[in-house]
Order: sequence, then structure tokens, then C-alpha cells
Amino acid sequence: MSDTTRDATVPGAGAPDAASIHNLKVTFATDGDPVVAVNGISLEAHAGEVLAIVGESGSGKTVTANALLGLLPETATLQGALIIRGPHGDETDVVHASHAQLRAMRGRDAAMVFQEPSTALNPVYTVGFQIAEGLRAHHRISKREAKKAAIDIMRRVGIPEPDRRVDDYPHQFSGGQKQRIVIAMALVLNAGLIIADEPTTALDVTVQAEILDLLRTARDEFGATVVLITHNMGVVADLADRVVVMYQGDIVEQASARELFAAPREEYTRKLLAAVPHVGRGKSATQDRSVPAPTEPPEGSLVVAENLHIAYPGRFGRTGVVAVQGVDFWIAPGEVLGLVGESGSGKTTIGRSIVGLTQVVDGSLKVLGHEMRGTTMRGLKKLRPDIGFVFQDPATSFNPLLTIAECIAEPLVVHGRAAHPRAARGRVDQLLDAVHLPTSYGDRYPHELSGGQRQRASLARAIALQPKLLIADEPTSALDVSVQARVLELFAELQAELGFACLFISHDLAVIDEVADRIVVLRHGTIREQGTTAQVLGDAHDEYTRRLLASIPVPDPEAQAARRAAWAAAEAADTEER
Amino acid sequence: MSQTQDPTPTGVFDPAETGVLQAGLGAPKRPLSDRIPVVSHLKHSVGWQRTMLVTGLVLTGLFVIVAIFAPWIAPYGYAQRTTADGQDFGTLQAPSAQNLLGTTVSGFDVLSRTIWGAQTALLVIICAIIFSIFIGIFIGLLSGYFGGWIDRILVVIADAIYAFPSLLLAIVMAIVISHGQSTLWGGILAAAISITVVFVPQYFRIVRSEVVRVKAEPFVESAKVIGVPTLRILTRHVLRNSTRSVPVVVTLNASEAVLTLAGLGFLGFGIEATAAAEWGYDLSRSVSDVTSHIWWTAIPPGVAIVLVVLGITLVGESLNDLSDPRLRRRRRAAVVAAEKEAAE
Repeated sequence: MSDTTRDATVPGAGAPDAASIHNLKVTFATDGDPVVAVNGISLEAHAGEVLAIVGESGSGKTVTANALLGLLPETATLQGALIIRGPHGDETDVVHASHAQLRAMRGRDAAMVFQEPSTALNPVYTVGFQIAEGLRAHHRISKREAKKAAIDIMRRVGIPEPDRRVDDYPHQFSGGQKQRIVIAMALVLNAGLIIADEPTTALDVTVQAEILDLLRTARDEFGATVVLITHNMGVVADLADRVVVMYQGDIVEQASARELFAAPREEYTRKLLAAVPHVGRGKSATQDRSVPAPTEPPEGSLVVAENLHIAYPGRFGRTGVVAVQGVDFWIAPGEVLGLVGESGSGKTTIGRSIVGLTQVVDGSLKVLGHEMRGTTMRGLKKLRPDIGFVFQDPATSFNPLLTIAECIAEPLVVHGRAAHPRAARGRVDQLLDAVHLPTSYGDRYPHELSGGQRQRASLARAIALQPKLLIADEPTSALDVSVQARVLELFAELQAELGFACLFISHDLAVIDEVADRIVVLRHGTIREQGTTAQVLGDAHDEYTRRLLASIPVPDPEAQAARRAAWAAAEAADTEER
Repeated sequence: MSQTQDPTPTGVFDPAETGVLQAGLGAPKRPLSDRIPVVSHLKHSVGWQRTMLVTGLVLTGLFVIVAIFAPWIAPYGYAQRTTADGQDFGTLQAPSAQNLLGTTVSGFDVLSRTIWGAQTALLVIICAIIFSIFIGIFIGLLSGYFGGWIDRILVVIADAIYAFPSLLLAIVMAIVISHGQSTLWGGILAAAISITVVFVPQYFRIVRSEVVRVKAEPFVESAKVIGVPTLRILTRHVLRNSTRSVPVVVTLNASEAVLTLAGLGFLGFGIEATAAAEWGYDLSRSVSDVTSHIWWTAIPPGVAIVLVVLGITLVGESLNDLSDPRLRRRRRAAVVAAEKEAAE
């Protein structure tokens, strides 16, 4: 695979490769047998290009990225060759280099942008100090000069008022700004190679678009080579020049971005691309757009919220953060309501308030005819069998010490449908069958199942008592894209079969499009738009909804280039509105 | 997406998409030796961590065996001043064939008293741990789960007990419980209860902090949403997930119990010499001997205390390191691979 001919259009062609990996094998020692994470891969990052390494979890993409900087833990054994070539002509073989050589190489020749900007910055130092720290580690430079360089680089990565903000601490910046500062730390040293490990995964979709723009600037203006590690095919289409697809430690396919998206050669790549959900391919395509959305809750609605306010309790009896301020919506029997918003919009808070996990402080929230304002856990007891809940992270929503069958039997036992978990086994087997899991999986422990299997088991538990209402809080956001596709399909199948109503909470409009009949768009605890899926996604009236739609990168480089322009326009409009 | 019908999809969309973490996927249950705390730790240890653990286990094992079989191992009883045929040992006799480690100022056989002392120490350790572990875990569970003012008061009390010198507290308890002196079980219980007072806050703290972490886990919330009653949440979901670090604290506390008991005995708040053998008491009686070149009364009980505390502490410290995957050392993957090849 390593003999791919170089694309002549790649900027900076002719310069030596910024990084070349030859036959790299990484093995981890574990309590059991050693695990091979990367199995003899070879690839080059050409100077001045954005090379994307994509793959699902367990594909070895992050291990490869960490190996480039020699950041793997002691338990890892590296074999093969891994050469980093700096812009100043230094060459480092990471596999055989000493600690001192590695330290000199890091920052000077290669730098890293991490997934979670909040944890990549030290909270007790100012950002200016942290940017200057790298400079002072590699150059003899005075404090004043280092600060000047820090201010300069902050201006260039788009932090407003850098003269003042250089002395601010990380918590005073937003998530997107923190990621800009992390990128600034990489750029200020003029490192030729920037390794970005899922740089936008922890960020909202509108912020993601800005960060991708900045990484593009890093390539175009700073001449850096970017190795982008991601699972998001839309991000790849937006930014990458060349793409390496990895699966279980091997390279499946290596091609230029255009080629890969237009004509994927390998079966795996095709399936991966097909599994990516698209806005406009789900219910928004099949619904009739001209049918007006209902404006009044129909008779027998399961959930009716009127002027709903939800707050988290503060310290010592003071009112805390008001997360939801005056929201009206309803869920009719048998319908799927999609609740969309970015982080901090209050979407999860609303979902949790329906089952009494957060407190309603004002307005009214009627769930199955029961007023939630001022209610107690005891008062909710009779509602429990009628409401199912699917949590975001299937890894933590099961008691690790109970088997899957015991976990699924728990609601049956608690509500008196079975005397003890073993007596419920017949029903549990039926449920496992309904979510397409082999009944023998009931005897396994949660950690012995994969993420997708665990989320199916979680669905099985939620429908165990045949609820009238199901709350699904980001049920697929912790899953790989191919697994997500199958879980969504299963969800649609169960919903059609059992006819429960559902509140489906997600930050991903494409996922919502697959399942929801109606959509509520939230921002900062208020509703921005509400209507049928076809109306909201096909003909959005609100500026913010349009901006959200425009921010989603689509897995097609040509279309994405056009969308980028539309996004820039929407961004400008929204900035004015603010 | 026709694969949906297939319950165990294989091929490119392998269910094992978490790759590295899925090592044990095929096995329905871990082998028994992996689920027993100390045994599984021993299996997974390498290098100096293994040496530490093995040394600790050997010392502790020896201690327990000596304690259990003391009546058969010891040549004489702990309060015996004469041989079987009524001949006096004499006081402060140097080691001889009759008394292998000599005799004490009261005319007891030093070797026998050291061996019998292990039994007293083991009984105190067991009683102290049983008393403190249940109370500590119970109030830690309630305090951590319910929070509020009960939690604040309990934390303040625990902190106050921490602030006290533990030996002083133990002395006060010993006086309150047994008025200073007592019989075998009276003395053991007095020592165990005074140690309990010091240990309860430690279990309380550890369990409470785990409970505070666990109660925010989604699986506890999911139990609440299902409508599981509070008592069932506490026992079935929270408690079992909160006691992970308790075995480590148990071993560390066991060594502290030995020290506290010895301290009490040394200060004269222990058990009467005729009621049971106790190392701290023997040490305190031998203080004056040391200056007159009589070494055999002080060294055996002293060495016994050091070895037992060292052994139990080594087990505790290695368990602590081995339970944490970040502190646990593993053999290099290359070595394991080479060994496998060699075996084949």
C-alpha cells in the first residue's frame, strides 16, 4: 500500500516527507496475551498536506498517532521504522531514539493537538505562559519576547483581544477557543508536523467548522503538515488531501480524498461510507413537507410541557443554574420527537426531568397525566413501568457486577412481574431475541459485550415492561458509525412493532432525521424552532437552525466545499443577529 | 444493511469494534482464580512487585500458621514457670537446651511466649477488623448515598477522630472498657474495640468516597429510573461496586492493629501476663534487662512484631499497586511472545 504515487496537486510536493512510517508494528503487554494494536503498516505524510487517518474504535489510528511522537506507554513495544523529518532538516527515528532526542523532536519537528482541549491545558497557568513555555523549552528567548510571540500567535489563530487575554486562565475561554490555543501552542514552535487526534470530537458542530477552518489555515499559511486522526467522514471530506483507512491495525485503503469518496476501492471503505447518516436521507425525505405541523397538543398526549423551567439546585438553598427557561412542547402517542441542540442547550435536562432526575421549578410538565412540578420520587413510582430510558454511554449504564440477563430482569423483578432474576429468564430471552442478541449473551457480563451489543441490551431493558414512552438520551453518540446505523435501524423496527412514543435526544441532526417525526431545536434553554422533520430540516426558518444545518460536514469533498461557503454566509448572519 | 437480521454479524463490521479491550470476549466467565482478590493479584504480578507480594504472603502465612498451631509448636505454655516434672526454669536464664531462648524476668520461657503471642495478635486483628469493617462500610454507605446533614456530621466526627493521636484514643478506650487490666478475652476485646474506634473512620472515608462516585454512575441512575427501591439500589448496585479498595485497607489496618496492640501492651494497658502472651507487654518488661546485657528477652518479641507488620504491610502495599492498572507493571510484550515461542 505504501507505493501510492504522489498526487501532483499536493502543495509542497518535492519536499521530503514530514513523517514516514515503515512496517510499524505496535504490541501492548496486557494481563492476558499481548495485543497487537498496529500490525505492520507503512505510510508517508507528504510535506504540506493534510493526511487523514480514519477508522472505527480499535482500528489503531490513535496508537499510530501517539507512536509518531513517541507517546506510547511503557507496556507498548514498537517494531519497524518511524522517521520524523523536521523543517530544519533534523531526522528522528522515533522507534530507536533516546528520551533526550525524543524531547528535542517534540515541539520542534512535530506537535500534538488533543481531543479534549479542557484537559490538554493546565488550569493553574495562564494561556500566555503555556504558549511561551514551549518556546522557552526549545529556544533561548527572554520572557518578554516569548510573551510577544504568544500574543502574536493568539491573534493569528483568531482569539479576540490577544493583548488582554494572554493573561487569562484556561477556564475563562470557551471550548472552541481552548482548542484554538492548543493549536496555537503547536504553531508557535513552527513545527512542520501537527498531529491532531480527533481535534473536533469534543466540540459542538458549529465550533467544529471553525476549528477545521483554522487547521486549514495551519496548512495554507504556516505550511504545516497535518496528520488528522478522526472517525468522522464529514471532517475528512472537509479537510483532508489524502486519506488512510485503517481497520483492526491494518491499512485497508490509501487514496486521495477525492478518489476515496468518489470511488472507494475496498468493500470496507464502501460500507463505512454507506453507514454515515446524511441529513435529507431519513424521514425528511419521505414526509410531506406541505402538511402543517400541529400547533396544539393532541388529545391524550403523553407529555405536555407548558412554560417549563428547570434549574439545578445551588449551594445552601440558593437557586442554581437555570438550564431550561420557558419551553413548550408535547409528545403525542406513538410519535418520535427529536430534541436537538448543542451542549448547554438543556436537551438532556429536559429528558431527565421527564423521569424526575431533575427538578421542575416553574411552569408545568405533565407526564402521562402526572404533574412533575413538586412531585417526589415516591409519587413517580406508579409511572415507572410506563417509561423506559436509554442512556448515552452503554458502557456505564449497566452494573458491572451483574450479568446482562440480571440487568434486563431488574425492572421485571422490581415491578413484581417476576419473583427473582432467574424466574424472569424466559421473558429476558424474548427481549434479547427482540433486539437481535443471542440468548446466550444473557449469561455474559457487560464488559464482555461490544458497545453496540451493550446498547441493544440497554434497549431490551428499556422495553422490558412495554412502556408507553421511551426517553433515548444520545443513544448512539458513543458508538461507531457502522454500529450506530444498526442500532438506529433496530430502534426504528422496535418502535414500529411496539408503537411506543419516544423522546429522542441528539446533537446530530442526521441521526434525528433517521428516526424523528417532529423536531424541537433548542439553544440556551429556549426553543428556536419546532415542526415536522421535513419542515425543520428541509426549510428551516430560524437562523440558528440553518447555521446548525450548514455546519454539518458531509462525506463528499465536492459538496462540502460548496457547503463551506454557505456556512460562512450563515455564520456572518448569525454573528450580526447576536 | 441487510446484516441486521444476523445476531452475531461477522466480517468487516465485526462486533468486537472495541478491539483492544475485547480480549476476554469469548469466555463466558473469568476463571475462579481471577476473581479471588489475593490470588488474582499474585497471578498478574511480575518483577519486584511479585517479590514484594510473595515475601509478604510468606511472612503473613507463617504468622497465621504459628498462631493457629501455637499449642503444638510451643514447647511450654505462655504462663508456665516449671517443666512438666515440676522443675523451676529460674528467672533470666540464658538460652539453653531446656529453654531455647532463655527465660524472662518472671521466669517464663521466651520462645513459648513469642509463639503464643502470635495467637493473641491474630485474635486481636480478626476482632478489630470484623468490628470496624461492618460499621465503617455501613455508615460510609449511608453517608455517601444520602449526603446532606448526616453526611456532614459524620465527616466532621471522622475528621475529629483522625486529629486524635490514635494510641491515646486506644488507651482511653482500654481504660473505659477494661479498667486497664483484664483476662484473655477481656483484654483482646478491649484492644480490638479501641482499635476499632480508630479504624472505623478509615473504612467510612474509603467507602463514602467510592459511594459518592458510584451513585453518579449511569447504572445507578438507570436503576432509579426503573423504579428500584432505595434499599435495593444500595445493596445490589451501590455497595457491591464500592468495596473495591477495602481489601487493601484491611491488610494495612491489620499491621496497624498489631502495632497498636503492642503499644498498649508496652504501656501496660494490655493483657495480664498470666491471661495471655503479648509481645508489647514482654517488651516493656525487658527494658531493664537490655542494660544488663540480657538480649534474649527483648529481641524475640521485637523481631516478631517487625516481621508480622512487615509481612502484612508488604501484602497491603503490593495489593494496592497491583489493583491499579496504572501502577501495575507488566512484562514487555516481546518477552511474552518469545516465551510462548519457546514453549511451542
